[in-house]
Amino acid sequence: MAGVAIRNLGIRFGGHEVIRGLDLDVNEGEFLVLLGPSGCGKSTLLHGIAGLVDTAEGTVEIGGTDMTFADPSERGIGMVFQSYALYPTMTVERNMSFGLRVAGVARDEIERRVQRVSRMLQLEPLLGRKPAQLSGGQRQRVAIGRALVREAGVFLFDEPLSNLDAKLRAELRRELKLLHKALGSTMVYVTHDQVEAMTLATRIVVMRGGVIQQIGAPGEVYERPANRFVAGFLGAPGMNFIEGALLGGAFDSARLRVELPGYPFAKPPVAGQAVVLGVRPEHLRLHAQGAHEGVVQLVEPMGNHQVAWLDVGGLVLAALVGESVPLAADERVRFDLDVARVSLFDRQGEQRL
Amino acid sequence: MNAGTRRAAPRRWDAGRVGVYAFLLTAALFFLAPLYIMVVTSLKSMDEIRAGHLFSLPLAPTLDAWRTAWSEACTGVSCEGVSVGFWNSVAIVVPSTLIPILVGAVNGYALSYWRPRGAQWLFGMLMLGAFIPVQVMVYPLVKVLASVGLFASLPGIVAVHVVFSMPVMTLLFRNHYAALPVELFKAARIDGGGFWRIFFQLMLPMSLPIVVVAAIMQVTGVWNDYVLGLVFAGHEHLPMTVQLNNVINTTTGERLYNVNMAATILTSLVPLALYLVSGRWFVRGIAAGAVKG
Repeated sequence: MAGVAIRNLGIRFGGHEVIRGLDLDVNEGEFLVLLGPSGCGKSTLLHGIAGLVDTAEGTVEIGGTDMTFADPSERGIGMVFQSYALYPTMTVERNMSFGLRVAGVARDEIERRVQRVSRMLQLEPLLGRKPAQLSGGQRQRVAIGRALVREAGVFLFDEPLSNLDAKLRAELRRELKLLHKALGSTMVYVTHDQVEAMTLATRIVVMRGGVIQQIGAPGEVYERPANRFVAGFLGAPGMNFIEGALLGGAFDSARLRVELPGYPFAKPPVAGQAVVLGVRPEHLRLHAQGAHEGVVQLVEPMGNHQVAWLDVGGLVLAALVGESVPLAADERVRFDLDVARVSLFDRQGEQRL
Repeated sequence: MNAGTRRAAPRRWDAGRVGVYAFLLTAALFFLAPLYIMVVTSLKSMDEIRAGHLFSLPLAPTLDAWRTAWSEACTGVSCEGVSVGFWNSVAIVVPSTLIPILVGAVNGYALSYWRPRGAQWLFGMLMLGAFIPVQVMVYPLVKVLASVGLFASLPGIVAVHVVFSMPVMTLLFRNHYAALPVELFKAARIDGGGFWRIFFQLMLPMSLPIVVVAAIMQVTGVWNDYVLGLVFAGHEHLPMTVQLNNVINTTTGERLYNVNMAATILTSLVPLALYLVSGRWFVRGIAAGAVKG
């Protein structure tokens, strides 16, 4: 088990700067998820940790040793790729033992490790098969197994579940979480799927344009997003944003006025400041005596809940409603906002206030 | 209708289909006619040939002409048939196939995955080389080989074939490797494989279809070569094509059409057999490279 410390890391492809001046600490035994839209540099960062891309500046420390210029195989890492990247001409058993055979590990030790991992991942009946004879889920399990037999200090996952269908993805997600619980190893996991990030992570790192936007526990990042980008990226349906201004301790816009008693401002607000109010759909509650009024534009039944899209004088807001509440399109409804759980962002800098 | 009673769609003979078959039949006859004439002529005696019935089957088939062509036909002053040329060609083809495939595979692998400094530039030069006509380089190459003492020798002609096949072999393997997912290579890097281990244990086993394609291209190309063999092989190692030409041009008295035909068929037998045996592989190799990725 080992931690990772990244200092002032810069990675360039040709003249294009993908990552610049990035600092990040991965604690021992934690499940760190790098989350962001495609092209945000999260995969590049992971490949930088693995030593698969050249770093232009900065240092990468793994387990307390400077690994900035070390070969990928010397870094004490195991890695799982999105496309599985199994060796097609080798059997499952040979796939898993390849790295150990290269490293010259003794034969009985190789056998012991392959046995242990294949039992853990239920791969025993598949050991003699070639990758082409496996299903997608089995292939990804073999890829995970190949990383695990290395018994490395840090495991790196590069969008490992993206190629699987929804049901299998949820299944393997759960297996991964159980695996982390059982092994307690340090894991760094790249994904663009916020559900994976929320469910798996001990801490989430949200990235955009090669820059870290926020680092925190899933609940913290979800509840108190550091800026408008993070707020919009997490949650489905996304957070409702309402543009307005701060007037006398209240949020004021053409359509809504919301009193904000006890909002924990990071610094004292300026009166009349242009702001954006962020409200999660689940914090918008339908209520017969609600303070605000809107027209139901559309209802999306989700089985265990439904999403109501409300038209509030031209502004469209999403609300999470229980599945038993009768709702019809064009119906006029009243609602309240859970004022204690809203977020306020500066309209210029988009930072949390 | 359930699956058990499914029938093939009924065939319809319309004008278009008749036209297609007529064209295919004509084309097949057009290309097979010379081969037919060669085979029947080679089985006739000279008396029968002089009678002048070009398309008729031999009245008394005999393999005498084949025997003569293989071991007795005269090339210039020596009369040992084309068998000498056959073994010369084998000696040239085997190394001229194995070495370019191996070097081409290593080149393509290095260019696709390791991307050494200036790789693009190097590859561009190599491709440029592919477009320069061989004739332009003959004289300088003769001077170069002569200066290192390899002119008119077996290693000399093999070296020439290796050099001239390098652009195509490299391109073939580079494109094959470029179509494979790069993550495979990255996974192997993490597993600790070095340059040669990843090449021999991972990449080469995955290259079987393209190796077959490359082998077919090299064997037929080198076997059918005439100019390079004539210039660089030297008198001791003249390939079969050059000897065939000598057999046909050497006439003492009358022109032995039956022997000439037999010698020609013998010379073209190797590429012919190769295509018949490996045509399926050839198509598969090209398709595999085309649709992947």
